[in-house]
Amino acid sequence: MPLIVKDWLADHVELPAGLTAERLAADLVKVGLEEEAIHGAAVTGPLVVGRVIEQHPEPQKNGKTINWCQVDVGALNVDGVPVAEGGTPRGIVCGAHNFGPGDLVVVALPGAVLPGPFPIASRKTYGHVSDGMICSQRELGLGEDHAGIIVLPRLGYAEADLTPGQDAIALLGLGEEVLEINVTPDRGYAFSYRGVAREYAHSTGAKFTDRGVLTGAEPAATPDGFEVVVNDAAPIHGVTGCDRFVTRIVRGVDPSAPTPAWLKHRLEGSGMRSITLAVDITNYVMLDLGQPLHAYDLAKVAAPIVVRRAASGERLVTLDDVDRALDPEDLLITDSPSGPGSRVLGMAGVMGGESSEVSGTTTDVLVEAAHFDPITVARTARRHKLPSEAAKRFERGVDPVLPAVAAQRVVDLLVELGGGTADPAVSDLDTTVAPAPVALRVTEPERLSGVVYTPEQVRSTLEEIGATVTDGPEDTFLVTPPSWRPDLTGPADLVEEVVRIQGYDQVPSVLPAAPGGRGLTAEQRTRRSVTRALAEAGFVETLSYPFVSAAEYDALGLPADDPRRVSLRLANPLADDKPLLRTNLLVTLLDTVRRNVSRGLTDLAVFEIGLVTRPQPGAPVAPSLPGGVRPTEDELAALEAGVPAQPRRVAGVLTGRREPAGWWGDGRVADWADAVAAARLVAEKVGVEVIVTADTEHLPWHPGRCARLELADGTLVGHAGELHPKVVERLGLPARSVAFEVDLSALVAGSSGEPVVAAAVSAFPAAKEDLAFVVDESVPASVVEAAIVAGAGELLEDVSLFDVFTGPQLGEGKKSLAYALRLRAADRTLGADEVRAVREGVVAAAAAGAGAVLRA
Amino acid sequence: MSTPDPQANVDPLDEAALDAAVAVALDEIKAAPDLDALKAVRTAHTGDRSALALANRAIGALPGPDKAAAGKLVGPRRGAIAQALTARQAELEAERDERVLVEESVDVTLPVRRSPLGARHPIELIQDRIADFFVGLGWEIADGPEVEAEWFNFDALNFGPDHPARQMQDTFYVAGTTTAGAPEAEGERPASGTNLVLRTHTSPVQARSLLERGVPLYVACPGKVFRTDALDATHTPVFHQVEGLAVDKGLTMANLVGTLDAFAQAMFGPEAKTRLRPSFFPFTEPSAEMDLWFPQKKGGAGWIEWGGCGMVNPNVLRAAGIDPGVYSGFAFGMGIERTLMLRHSIADMHDIVEGDVRFSTQFGTEI
Repeated sequence: MPLIVKDWLADHVELPAGLTAERLAADLVKVGLEEEAIHGAAVTGPLVVGRVIEQHPEPQKNGKTINWCQVDVGALNVDGVPVAEGGTPRGIVCGAHNFGPGDLVVVALPGAVLPGPFPIASRKTYGHVSDGMICSQRELGLGEDHAGIIVLPRLGYAEADLTPGQDAIALLGLGEEVLEINVTPDRGYAFSYRGVAREYAHSTGAKFTDRGVLTGAEPAATPDGFEVVVNDAAPIHGVTGCDRFVTRIVRGVDPSAPTPAWLKHRLEGSGMRSITLAVDITNYVMLDLGQPLHAYDLAKVAAPIVVRRAASGERLVTLDDVDRALDPEDLLITDSPSGPGSRVLGMAGVMGGESSEVSGTTTDVLVEAAHFDPITVARTARRHKLPSEAAKRFERGVDPVLPAVAAQRVVDLLVELGGGTADPAVSDLDTTVAPAPVALRVTEPERLSGVVYTPEQVRSTLEEIGATVTDGPEDTFLVTPPSWRPDLTGPADLVEEVVRIQGYDQVPSVLPAAPGGRGLTAEQRTRRSVTRALAEAGFVETLSYPFVSAAEYDALGLPADDPRRVSLRLANPLADDKPLLRTNLLVTLLDTVRRNVSRGLTDLAVFEIGLVTRPQPGAPVAPSLPGGVRPTEDELAALEAGVPAQPRRVAGVLTGRREPAGWWGDGRVADWADAVAAARLVAEKVGVEVIVTADTEHLPWHPGRCARLELADGTLVGHAGELHPKVVERLGLPARSVAFEVDLSALVAGSSGEPVVAAAVSAFPAAKEDLAFVVDESVPASVVEAAIVAGAGELLEDVSLFDVFTGPQLGEGKKSLAYALRLRAADRTLGADEVRAVREGVVAAAAAGAGAVLRA
Repeated sequence: MSTPDPQANVDPLDEAALDAAVAVALDEIKAAPDLDALKAVRTAHTGDRSALALANRAIGALPGPDKAAAGKLVGPRRGAIAQALTARQAELEAERDERVLVEESVDVTLPVRRSPLGARHPIELIQDRIADFFVGLGWEIADGPEVEAEWFNFDALNFGPDHPARQMQDTFYVAGTTTAGAPEAEGERPASGTNLVLRTHTSPVQARSLLERGVPLYVACPGKVFRTDALDATHTPVFHQVEGLAVDKGLTMANLVGTLDAFAQAMFGPEAKTRLRPSFFPFTEPSAEMDLWFPQKKGGAGWIEWGGCGMVNPNVLRAAGIDPGVYSGFAFGMGIERTLMLRHSIADMHDIVEGDVRFSTQFGTEI
């Protein structure tokens, strides 16, 4: 993003003396140009102009010859008196020889800090006390030249302007902190000193001079102008790729003319390298005004220039030395050595090619200043990954009036600095259209901001940003945005300008009264209740990334055709080995568990709640639809159908002890039942009945210790139990780790959401019956209990299994289940005969339903 | 004992002898050191063979007139002994009870947590807290999918296909559906042929809410979002945002500021306030960056960036079929990780995302 060199900015707008980068940043951020960074000053401390008074070469034993110099640094001489007034110069040892007495040089005095950082101090060397340093360009960070020290007049500084003792930091622009700003995509014009200066003026009221408007000095097209043809056979969105193309010619430019120091300094301060004078000038004008430019070697371009789309198969070696295959959508600048448009010179608005570039021998320069379609440029820049300085500006929108102004500036500089002559031949192909006026209700800024602005304030503010404002019908203004603001297309855009320039700080703070909502949804409340219950039950909530690899499913032992392997794959994953989106929570939660275990936290109860993605192979693709229009119901349905199912899940893992050991005993190791209990707890919190059965083939769970949870209608809602020992081993988890995963969305969908219908609480005494049944070991307890409940009828208030027992006295393959029943009637004390009848009913039902025999 | 033998026969009319027996009894009762001793004393002085019992029994053998006199002498004295016994019994029981309780004392400073304490993740807790704030204002909370159609994530929010802002955010694009571990290419859709992304912000929920709920609308949408940033101390590719959207007749930027100020105070205390700076977002116009006044800022109180906001862009309203000439609205969004880090002095994002239980445990179940 742009770097702001202050003295350059001052070409466009008056800046107060002593303006700091920090202050400048504060002023610019008020109008929306945010600070990206403030780059520190290159040099601090005393760095001054010095005149060499005496120079004594002193050969040394090591073969080197040093110069013992006396240098006048004016009021900074040791006695504070300039040599001209009888003062004593400073003694400085210098190893370079490219200067002599009388030369004006740059002296770093003790206390100065040069880039490095390299602090300067008085020091004893070669038998003298050297009281400072005479500097080379490299020592000051001005360039790579360190063959000799800087002799200022040779760099283009006029002797008359230089006095010993004068501050060289300001002179060379080294002391500035440089502000780097961030330009939002709607403000292409702020990618220039012209634009930033305008914004600075908006913020501070400083006097701004627009150097980007036509001055009248720009010549009109001439019949002999370099011929340019725009032949766009495939405009994008019906917009031609190029609607303005200005060329100018400057002849007789001295190819060896150096770029002057001031220009170099400005370019480098703004973050650009100096290349050759012609290229430096085009870059300079681009940074200054915002118009990307191109300089061709006239001798190498065969008329006419043809602006056209690429043909398939065409290639171009761009200036960055990359051979690129061009896309038919790329807009090209071509010339015509063997037929119109036969040779590719560059990608329009993005990057030029090597063949036609100005070089060290170029004397006649053809200058291009054009205006390209932002979308065309953006697509090409993106396609070829070339976010060049030109592309950055064109894709954000460049002022279409600028080409003529900018081309004139380039011509002027080539004449002035390169000794060239402006050729009268000018071409200007111009199909640009002036911005359309926008009707703005005078009260619209107030309607959207809540700040009362007078019509006069609205008008003057819009005029200040460069718009033309006329009165429209019915209390409206007709506002024609300035040519550099293609982003201003509707009333809301103009409102932003008014509020922004008047100050966002003018907007008062008024809390609106909403009409009143319905509170959290049932699903949202359930989510809270479930997570809270798990936390209260001792589980710690964690979060994990949803990115997984196929190898992780292998580790869980999922079969090749397991539906949990059907995943969405990212086109651009962060890690190439994890391109898939999780289809279940456990896979990533187990990773969290491993991290904790590896950190020595082995007694764990963790849970995660989150979405998983369950795509259907062959599901329809979500349509591409335009913005700004409400899709039809069918289109909305198609969008929905293209978005894969993303149920919300809850999963948990327990390892080590569920209850800690302590002075009270050994605690309790977590087992399969803890996982099932947690899964059931989730269902209870949702308020939905789940049916638990054994699932003998659902990895990663243990085939004999896995519960499958279903709704009454058979919908699968989750699994819980002990993890398969092989999985535990592969993942390096503590032995006997247990886990659950429950589909919260399915549970919520399965809950009625109806209010509980309360049963009356009976105050009559209860009758208690304990019954122990012997059943086959394979009979699930849930089957026995269901039979008991069915057999007991409505007098049964509660049943609980209080003992499970196997032993030789029961016989091979048998177990005993002992139940405590609590019976109660709503309206009476139960009689012994009624209790007996229930008991008999239970025994009969258990026998019939579960093959249970009452234990004697 | 040097006192008279309690079992010696005492003449029920011999007042002095009776008194002597009572005196002996009372002395012994008083002297009984514990409940066992008192039990022996009780037997000795009230048992069948005690002096007063024998005297009492002897009354029956006395001639008529003497019976009444003897009764008057013996009865009250037996009563006095019984009373003394009861009193001493109570006294000794109280002493015993006190001693037992002292003996039963334990070290109450022993560790007592026999079941583990769980916790919720602070990112989730703070989202609940945020939701509570907005529900308190009368807003509703909306959710949406994390894998989202590009239309909802971009186009509906005025990010055209070529909008430079579409490049501002580093988006995860979905290539297609695949079977993990199966050879590639089969059943694979061409890259970017799904028109699906991992949502880069919670703003698509805005678009969904506008379409589904219509206006007037006041919703907040907290949730998970994704950008292709590598994890470091301040960035994470998976993070959380809360987005607020209000669309109604007559809503202004002043209402936006009012809502932000109230929200900042709910999160950071009564000193909190916000400041807007002009900025750009495709889905708002005017747009602003929002700064929060943060008294605890390192190096002194100051403004720090908290989120983005603005008035809903007319094109966003149009995409939901709402007339921007009649309705206006505001929207804002801020990072929840950043909010949490500021509020709880969390220095490193790794702590939030790594799932180390020691991090969550610090927060318990309220924030």
